Amino acid sequence: MGSRASTLLLSHSQITRLYSRFTSLDKGENGTLSREDFQRIPELAINPLGDRIINAFFSEGEDQVNFRGFMRTLAHFRPIEDNEKSKDQNGPEPLNSRSNKLHFAFRLYDLDKDDKISRDELLQVLRMMVGVNISDEQLGSIADRTIQEADQDGDSAISFAEFVKVLEKVDVEQKMSIRFLH
Amino acid sequence: MEKHRGGSSLVEGKILLVLPILFLVLVLLPSMLRVSLGISHIYVKIVIKTFEWATLQIEKGVKKQKALALENLISNGIIQREETSMEEEMAGQRQGCFSLADVLYFSKKGLEAVADDEVTRRFSSEELVSWNLLSRTNVNFHQVSWQLTFVWISGILIRYCLLLPLRIGLSSFSILFLVSATTLVGQFPNGRVKCWLSNQVQMTCAALGVRCLSGAVHFHNRENRPQKGGICVANHTSPLDVLILASDGCYSLVGQVHGGLLGLIQKSCMKTAQHVLFERSEMKDRHLVRKKIREHIADKTKLPILIFPEGTCINNTSVMMFKKGSFEVGGTIHPVAIKYDPRFGDPFWNSMKYSTMTYAFKLLTSWAIVCNVWYLPPMVKEEEEDAVHFADRVKAVIAAQGGMSVLPWDGGLKRKKVKESFKEEQQKKYCRIVVENGAVGNGNVH
Repeated sequence: MGSRASTLLLSHSQITRLYSRFTSLDKGENGTLSREDFQRIPELAINPLGDRIINAFFSEGEDQVNFRGFMRTLAHFRPIEDNEKSKDQNGPEPLNSRSNKLHFAFRLYDLDKDDKISRDELLQVLRMMVGVNISDEQLGSIADRTIQEADQDGDSAISFAEFVKVLEKVDVEQKMSIRFLH
Repeated sequence: MEKHRGGSSLVEGKILLVLPILFLVLVLLPSMLRVSLGISHIYVKIVIKTFEWATLQIEKGVKKQKALALENLISNGIIQREETSMEEEMAGQRQGCFSLADVLYFSKKGLEAVADDEVTRRFSSEELVSWNLLSRTNVNFHQVSWQLTFVWISGILIRYCLLLPLRIGLSSFSILFLVSATTLVGQFPNGRVKCWLSNQVQMTCAALGVRCLSGAVHFHNRENRPQKGGICVANHTSPLDVLILASDGCYSLVGQVHGGLLGLIQKSCMKTAQHVLFERSEMKDRHLVRKKIREHIADKTKLPILIFPEGTCINNTSVMMFKKGSFEVGGTIHPVAIKYDPRFGDPFWNSMKYSTMTYAFKLLTSWAIVCNVWYLPPMVKEEEEDAVHFADRVKAVIAAQGGMSVLPWDGGLKRKKVKESFKEEQQKKYCRIVVENGAVGNGNVH
């Protein structure tokens, strides 16, 4: 747990608290969380992207997530500025770097994990966020326009590099950071 | 030899006489006359002193920073939530159109909810800031020092070997007394004598019940006690709320039918007083509930009706949505705030995790039940006010008195899923931002 803690940059008391949070969500008391356990959180259940966020916790083909996986996903949202306090400058890139945060956001769109956001994948996420309030045609034109603006290599899809370029002016640090108290 | 034997049997005889007399004087008579001898209060003071000593021991033993850090996290929560609205977050370079970065807002809100959400932590026991010497709440603190371990073990011995048998004996007696007394009073012809007797029986049994659990209850503002023909509303933490309120007044109860031991107690109470009991499924039929309540309060001779508008047990740290049914019928509402001190024992009944008997066992092996009950001034629905607004008003008053937070969420979320309409609200909100400046798909991004 020691070396992992330094990669995750969480203090001992924060890990203790997260573990008690993990166990309180684990209604089956078997040391892992299932999708239903997440859906029991009302604030997550009403989130339009709730299902995609829950998916982010689970590895390919897995139905259960253990505490390590739980912490890893949450660690993406640690503020970037805390990295400066880390002593391990030559180690692997921390999970909460700007690049890894953007990867996390990219994976919310890229369901089939082919490193491209296709028009369909973009439409799916759009539909989740707007519900029934916008027609298919309007949604289609939003998707087309977004791809047109982002696409630079002409493949009518958004690659990770193009995604990063679109978001280069966005304050990812502020929008994707959760301040863990200690 | 024979003299000796004769002597010892005489002593035994005296002991057998002394115990019932002690019981009569110390327990039964005070319950009937509703006088407190202060034994519970002295006991509670001793326990508090022990807790303070234990906290000092822990801070000395475990590194002070670690202990304080854990304490801070438990009282403040694990993350700092920023209460910015969707509109503020999504504003920026774009002019009312979709941006790929919009998912960042939802993902952050989602992960915040996973790390710490307001609702689910109300459905499990409140976490204590410092250890209260019960093995069920310890986080490996009992290995701090041998003195602490010694006190912890003697605590176990006292609670399980001394207090538990006493309490079980007393509660068995109380239940037997309740069943027999209500059956007896039920035989009387209906009239004022029967009413008076049944009230006395109800209050005595409740007072006995509170003593069983070493209850030290502090009633405040007793001049505001609910009157006949009124509706008494309170926040709900466990069936103990009923016991505690019933020891200081007579109420008609509205509640869910239970089975087992609780059902037996309910049936006994039904013999003498007019209570309104429902199946949980029937409670959804709001018209039926309202009709019965309205009929009850219209009769001014009937006892005030006791209702818990949250509809389910919450863990006493916050007050959740009050269902508007009882606030629609008119009539005077008498709010009551009940706040337990969680250091002495966890009063919250997590009915999905613990059965009635397990819960009773936990209560009987806790230190004590210490709580404050505030009777608040009566409130009436105003002319232009709708029931929901009135319910929120009463809820705010109760929460403020008890020092609990107010949540708009429905306590029913303990068992059922949140309604889809809430998600639809979020989606509508987002649409308004995306469609803001006229028609969608207009370009004009740069």
